[in-house]
Amino acid sequence: MSAQAGTAIIGGGIVGLCVALGLAARGHEVLVLDGRDGDMRASQGNFGLVWLQGKGAGYAPYARWSFQAVQAWPDFAKRLSGLVDVDLALCQQGGYEFFTDAAEYEAFGHDLHRQANALDDRLSFELLNHADLAARLPGIGQRVVGASFCPLDGHVNPLRLHFALRQACLASGVRITGGASVVSVRPAGAGFALLDETGRQTRASRVVLCAGLGAAHLGPQLEFRAPIRAQRGELMITERVADRLPFLSSTIRQVDEGGLQIGGTKAETDCDTETTTTMVGLAQHAVAVWPRLADLRVLRSWAALRVMTPDGYPIYQRSADHPGAFLVTCHSGVTLAPLHATRLAEWIDGDPAAPDLEAFDERRFALS
Amino acid sequence: MNAASRFRDAPGAAPRSLRLMLDGVPVLARPGESVAAALLAHSGGATRQTPVTGAGRAPYCMMGVCFDCLVTIDGHPNVQACMVSAREGMVIQRQIGARRLGDQP
Repeated sequence: MSAQAGTAIIGGGIVGLCVALGLAARGHEVLVLDGRDGDMRASQGNFGLVWLQGKGAGYAPYARWSFQAVQAWPDFAKRLSGLVDVDLALCQQGGYEFFTDAAEYEAFGHDLHRQANALDDRLSFELLNHADLAARLPGIGQRVVGASFCPLDGHVNPLRLHFALRQACLASGVRITGGASVVSVRPAGAGFALLDETGRQTRASRVVLCAGLGAAHLGPQLEFRAPIRAQRGELMITERVADRLPFLSSTIRQVDEGGLQIGGTKAETDCDTETTTTMVGLAQHAVAVWPRLADLRVLRSWAALRVMTPDGYPIYQRSADHPGAFLVTCHSGVTLAPLHATRLAEWIDGDPAAPDLEAFDERRFALS
Repeated sequence: MNAASRFRDAPGAAPRSLRLMLDGVPVLARPGESVAAALLAHSGGATRQTPVTGAGRAPYCMMGVCFDCLVTIDGHPNVQACMVSAREGMVIQRQIGARRLGDQP
């Protein structure tokens, strides 16, 4: 038995569903092939930041792409709410990076200046020493030596974003299958032949690989380089709190239901099990930043795997060998969602109005 | 034994020699029993309101799983009453909605 699709998207996470939504909006017939519940899913373990500060300090194209994305978020949220009745809890209230190490604070300040430079000074940010910060946020911990603040940063409920994208895709005519990982994809005739682990075959005119870590083994089948590795992040969430925390940071955020999510760790491993040592470190960090959190109960902890490229920037790759095959991968699927659902679809279609994404070509890794 | 409770003492049960306070009202408990058991024996009423809808809840699973027995005990919010043994003089409050953040230590 063989299914047919105009465009097959491998991967039903936030990235794949955004691309599917974008292509469906352009009139294409789209089939999303999603894997199993137990697969590694960054979309279900991530922190939910819509984040700009620090992004692309050393790479202007990424600085600009991220800047466009955070600016596009309010309209994107409106577009989704026009399609589905899901509250994304988008809140672009501005965000802090807190530092307990003076050298790290200073280095990050330099990064922000470089990022602002890459953005022709359209990035507004503040650097606050402890005294400035304490005046603005009474209750900040004594060990916080300084902080940066960017008014464009925000957060969203990532699970509801994933759900909303799925519902919006279905409402837009996208077909979604699940429960079986695609194990092979190869050029066949004028298109592509896909095979999943249950033996089900799909024929498609185009294929977009949005399989997260799965692209590492599927990519080479289409002669993509796909230099992707896993990077573990660990998180915890506390009991709900009635008070609203007066800040959002890249490591501490209060979700709309009231609990506090604490995270931001990085470990070079593909094991997605959290460790007690890291959890202790996260708890100590949170209390160092905001001592009033000291007696909060931690309800759950988990680890998830980031999908990382060697330089940390996305890969948007059109296959030279097999026209109609695309590789899309990044570790900031939430932040970049509005662009993946609009501009990236234009680029996949070869629309003359599409952005130039050559800076995110994976051939950049061959040059280094 | 409170007439409002649907729980009855087994014959020969030890006397309730401990006195706790629930929102200012005395509650009697046996040495060795959990706070949740004492609250159920005291009354069938709700011992918390959920943070989401405000619905009333009372101890349910009695084994640390369901979190429906959350109360404030001696100033500590969101304590699982089924996992804490009753002690003389405990001051208990029903858990109404989400907790507040404590004062800065």
